[in-house]
Amino acid sequence: MLIIDILSWLCLGAGGVIGVIGAIGIHRFPDFYTRQHATGITDTLCAMLILSGLVLQAGLTLAALKLAMIFLFLFITSPTASHVLANAAMHGGLKPKLDVTATGGKS
Amino acid sequence: MAFKYGVLLFLFWFLLSGHYGLLLLGLGLASVALTVFLMKRMNVIDHESYPIHLSAHMPAFIVYIMREIFSANIDVIKRILLPGSNPISPQMLELPLPQKTDLGRVIYANSITLTPGTVSVNLDKDTILVHALAKETADELATGKMASAIPDYSVGQEGR
Repeated sequence: MLIIDILSWLCLGAGGVIGVIGAIGIHRFPDFYTRQHATGITDTLCAMLILSGLVLQAGLTLAALKLAMIFLFLFITSPTASHVLANAAMHGGLKPKLDVTATGGKS
Repeated sequence: MAFKYGVLLFLFWFLLSGHYGLLLLGLGLASVALTVFLMKRMNVIDHESYPIHLSAHMPAFIVYIMREIFSANIDVIKRILLPGSNPISPQMLELPLPQKTDLGRVIYANSITLTPGTVSVNLDKDTILVHALAKETADELATGKMASAIPDYSVGQEGR
């Protein structure tokens, strides 16, 4: 039990730290599109770690199954929402700040 | 087909509720029957809204996408915390869309968005517009490794 507790708290702690890193990224990146990549971290690895930590706390119960379902739904809905946001920004005429020194990009 | 989804829905209801009293089971069954009836009337039961024929592909796909997500996360975290040695170089790139069915395209576009560092911005008939955080991420995506890892799931639906 102690080992599971330690693992669970490691997951929860790491998830929290990664959430904060995502927040730092939102402030650090220059424009809307790049900031979306920072939120991508909180959407994926942070949510993954926190949910795994909670599953470990729940043990083999119905609650764990529900958490797994939240996980599954999150992985379908969060990229869809991100895509819609980016698509709306593009259609609204928001120009991304691109790195002009790199080649192969489309401006 | 409707019956299959009814069974699936009831299983789902049971897993979420965890009740097995006779009255509650009956009520659950009744609500599932009503839902299936309404869905049949609305004509929304098909392979696109309920892609259960993809279930067999799912475990391998989840393992693959988890790996991708993990490495992409590490990369973006490095770019956030150590901007000096890992600078960002935002890119817009247009990639070919090898998948021919709507479902295959959606899965590909969502996989691109799901891996941090790349976001699919616009879908056209045979191209996809992607915003990438850095040149390396863009180059990696342009190799088409991910596109070939996501086959065109065309079982049971017509290509459009």
